[in-house]
Amino acid sequence: MSRDGARRESSHPPYLSPSYRSTVKRSPAHAPLQVPLTLTELTGPGPGFSELVVEDADLTTNAGTGNAALGQRSIVTGRVLDEGGEPVPNTLIEIWQADASGRYAHARERDFPAPRDPNFTGRGACRTDADGVYCFTTIKPGPYPWGNHPNAWRPAHIHFSILGPRLVSRLVTQMYFPDDPLLELDPIFHAVPKEARPRLVSAYDHATTRANWALGYRFDIVLAGSERTPREEGGSWR
Amino acid sequence: MALKLTPSQTVGPYFSMCLSGPGQDELVPPVHPGRVRIVGRVYDADREPIDDALVEIWQADAHGRFRHPADPRREPPHDPGFRGFGRASIDPSTLEFSFFTVKPGRVPSPDGALQAPHIGIIVQGRGMLRPLFTRLYFPDEGAANAGDFVLARVPEERRHLLVAGTVSDVTPPTYRFDVRLQGADETVFFDF
Repeated sequence: MSRDGARRESSHPPYLSPSYRSTVKRSPAHAPLQVPLTLTELTGPGPGFSELVVEDADLTTNAGTGNAALGQRSIVTGRVLDEGGEPVPNTLIEIWQADASGRYAHARERDFPAPRDPNFTGRGACRTDADGVYCFTTIKPGPYPWGNHPNAWRPAHIHFSILGPRLVSRLVTQMYFPDDPLLELDPIFHAVPKEARPRLVSAYDHATTRANWALGYRFDIVLAGSERTPREEGGSWR
Repeated sequence: MALKLTPSQTVGPYFSMCLSGPGQDELVPPVHPGRVRIVGRVYDADREPIDDALVEIWQADAHGRFRHPADPRREPPHDPGFRGFGRASIDPSTLEFSFFTVKPGRVPSPDGALQAPHIGIIVQGRGMLRPLFTRLYFPDEGAANAGDFVLARVPEERRHLLVAGTVSDVTPPTYRFDVRLQGADETVFFDF
């Protein structure tokens, strides 16, 4: 295995993880082929695509109903860095999540008897600033049941999608909350190598917490790639 | 300093509430020179088409230019009407993904030669804990495909799995590329 391959295998879950049942028929049997990266993989989406996405980082109000979403108001912030510790600026981050009751605003959601919040869309998007910093205001999502095994519940989580500076830095992940007893029971979280799991759990951050307003959580993200990252702005995108 | 990677997690079943906005499957406007369509399905190990996959593509424009600072070339200029990146979820009525784009030009390979025209593809979905990277090559590029830097590293008996088919008698010209996640004719995926 290449050095890059070993690095990934110590961080990412395997394709096949039978305790997460849906992986059994959706994981390749062949090991992915190792080939050198070419210009196709060393470049990637930038402003031409992200201009399609409306930036909206406040999920507590973006339903546009005039009423605030219900739940524990939370500020989720952090930095997006490359493996060399350099910030990844101006990259698109999109998030989606359940409401405070654990309901998703999705037509095919698995139904369970909990009230939906009509003032919550559950989606947001922003771009990192010049220091790689992002910040969302949202509510803490509720856990919800799913069909993987008897009495299965997903721990509270926020889905994150980050484009990154090149095709191979593309990352989709889930951010969890500290001290959640459901983490130890969750096969999706547990598919990650044990030493890497803490990287998916946000930290309560009292410096981010705002008095009489919202609790703060910090979640830093490290993308694959270590050269100095290209910028969307500043004249270098042609 | 080498920081450790943030682990990947599945996009899950509900990504389309966020990652599937209007126009994201169109890399070029409705009227654009050389416009083509890419269509396909994503099949599981039982050869059932799955209806909750996310498919993303990244490619050079018709001149072989990437709109990205890591593309060191200056000429020809990149096509300003071309986005480079597209995203599609599965249409529940056809069980297909679909993109409108252009056939890419040739781009350099690490050995200094030119790669055959190709499209980089990322497939994700419920039950997929990390993204699968593959490539689409074109059926009318036999000579270029035969000399391609990446295809040459794929076992010969599996290379055809990366070459799209054509759909006849449709406008715009349409290429078909089905992704098979597991099985005898499993799509070739790359360890990127």
